[in-house]
Amino acid sequence: MSETDTRTTEETERARRPGRERGRDDGKFGPYGGQYVPEALMPAIEELADAYERYVLKNEDGFLDEFRERLADFGGRPTPLQRADRLSERYDTEVFLKREDLLHGGAHKLNNALGQVLLAQYMGKERIIAETGAGQHGTATAMAAAHLDMPCTIYMGERDINRQRPNVFRMKLNGSEVKPVTTGRGTLKEAISETMRDWAETVEDTHYVIGSIVGPHPFPVMVRDFQAVISEEAREQAIEKTGGLPTDVVACAGGGSNTMGAFADFVDDESVALHAVEAGGSTLDVDEEAGVAPNSASLYTGDEGVLHGARTKLLQDSDGQIMESHSISSGLDYAGVGPELAYLVDEGRVDPVAVDDDAALEGFHRLSNTEGIIPALETAHAFGFLEEHHEELGDRVVVNVSGRGDKDLDAAIEETDQRDVANAPDMSMFTGGI
Amino acid sequence: MANSEAIAAAFADGPAYVPYLVVGDPDYESSKAYVEALDRGGADVIELGLPFSEPIAEGSTIQDALVRALDAGMTPERFFSFAEELDVDAALVCMTYYNLIYQYGDETGPRPFVERAAAAGIQGLVVPDLPAEEADPLREACDELGLDLVFIVAPTTRADRLDRLMERVSGYVYVQARLGTTGARDDVSDQTTESLDRLREYDVPKAVGFGISAGDHAERIVAGGADGIIVGSALVDIVADGVAEDRPTAAVADRLEALSRELKRGAERGHRSRTEAVDSV
Repeated sequence: MSETDTRTTEETERARRPGRERGRDDGKFGPYGGQYVPEALMPAIEELADAYERYVLKNEDGFLDEFRERLADFGGRPTPLQRADRLSERYDTEVFLKREDLLHGGAHKLNNALGQVLLAQYMGKERIIAETGAGQHGTATAMAAAHLDMPCTIYMGERDINRQRPNVFRMKLNGSEVKPVTTGRGTLKEAISETMRDWAETVEDTHYVIGSIVGPHPFPVMVRDFQAVISEEAREQAIEKTGGLPTDVVACAGGGSNTMGAFADFVDDESVALHAVEAGGSTLDVDEEAGVAPNSASLYTGDEGVLHGARTKLLQDSDGQIMESHSISSGLDYAGVGPELAYLVDEGRVDPVAVDDDAALEGFHRLSNTEGIIPALETAHAFGFLEEHHEELGDRVVVNVSGRGDKDLDAAIEETDQRDVANAPDMSMFTGGI
Repeated sequence: MANSEAIAAAFADGPAYVPYLVVGDPDYESSKAYVEALDRGGADVIELGLPFSEPIAEGSTIQDALVRALDAGMTPERFFSFAEELDVDAALVCMTYYNLIYQYGDETGPRPFVERAAAAGIQGLVVPDLPAEEADPLREACDELGLDLVFIVAPTTRADRLDRLMERVSGYVYVQARLGTTGARDDVSDQTTESLDRLREYDVPKAVGFGISAGDHAERIVAGGADGIIVGSALVDIVADGVAEDRPTAAVADRLEALSRELKRGAERGHRSRTEAVDSV
């Protein structure tokens, strides 16, 4: 088959899959999505929407070919779909792991960061900015910017900088500037606001690489399309390995980029159940007086509202002030969620579940101990879900291992020491001295 | 178009001085004294900031003020009581972010917020994160209840968007003098003159904001064709300084009134020089 034939087949395939078309035209997912941004940014996001259509949807100047080649050579794609033997036995069902932890950088984040930095280059932009919470998106953007020789500034909450020093160092090693954000509580949502402020001043030569399927159109669809490579591969690999589609796909959800990436190509396969596992934190109850939600379960418990450029589900008080979220994993610690996931939950297509800090930590130890894979604390929520809900699942389950846990070792030591966790090593030699 | 007669009147004779303060900064009672000082200083329209926790269009000066007000317990309901209790001649405009308007609403959309604002004597709204494309439900409610919905025009706004904005704007257009977020600056940007030139053909009052902090800025901007000046950060700085130095409320109010007079006079000088220039042609 010649290349042209392949593309035609791809286009036919796309037309058959309305799930992948959703939101591409106008950024609307039912009542969600949209472009709620200051006027100064409107021209920039209109320019970006135009570039998305030309380069990402129509492969102008061979953008997609270069993107895929770089994802393979620099990123190490495709990542494997691996059968988890012990978990399969434990739950009496076939458990497969989509190994995004093996992507360069140790998490799915590079799929999006590389796509956006490359797109910025095709658009003729000269500078990259990004926000980061735990530092995963920041390090991925810093790697991509270094790889493509673009100057890069990362905004990070001051509190997160103190919690994530190795990631700050990684970004600096790759030549990025890291700017501390001191407003508010100094976490992810303040960093997003601050990056938007930088962009408002520098839109003409700067591209803002947003880290998840959040923000104004075209970010949610564009980030989904860059991350969709996860489900494109997983779907083919599952068919190849098992002769059919999985019964269930499980992914953790903060902003939702690994979630939507893992779901995108399965949305139109109605037989496949999709489970978005949110951080239940310490409790799902909120403290309205203090403006604190000790969880990050915006799909499960949130209400409709407008934050950071889009209408979506949010953790907010009755006046509409955004709450401080919490999770054991800083990567899930966000008061909003991608508008497409909010829509798919309302439609009943995606099943939102909350898994609390304790169950996530147990999942972390279980996967490390039984499968030889140390997952990120974000990812660990998906394994907490598996333990709690395996009886409700079908006989072929794909779990997206969104990232590896090396970055979380300090946090894991501290959190494990505070609890009595099954499968955990004897903590006495790790605590006190550290 | 104009919905509010009070706002139309504010721009009708001479340049309008449009100051902004965050309501509830640093506390309810002081804030009331500060807003009334702006009125004594010659305000024609006062923009009252209703604080939101994620103000993406604001620079650090106003962000800090919003945090002070939120920490002191400001809420939409208290904001409306505040507006009702004010003893001022100037027309009142509420500046806030869309999520607060949206949450105040119900299944009919944002109308309940507009109704409550109208009842509290608010004449117009500025919503920095609500572009014209998403604004129709709010604009319908504003039209129906007699409030103006003010849009911001940025230096980056392209001609096709400008038309779209100007079709929907009412009261006055907020001309963003330069790129970036709010904050007092020492210079007046060339972008201001350019922006005013682009807007000349539209028949709606043009108020220039972002960075104005002194009487001679006001003078130059009005001489350059503005119908009004919007001043926020320079005034909020005085409040912040009052907090930092622990100054008595009356002393802070006096400084706000004095700067207001200076800005208003500057605007009037600019207006006179423009009129004289026209007369001499």
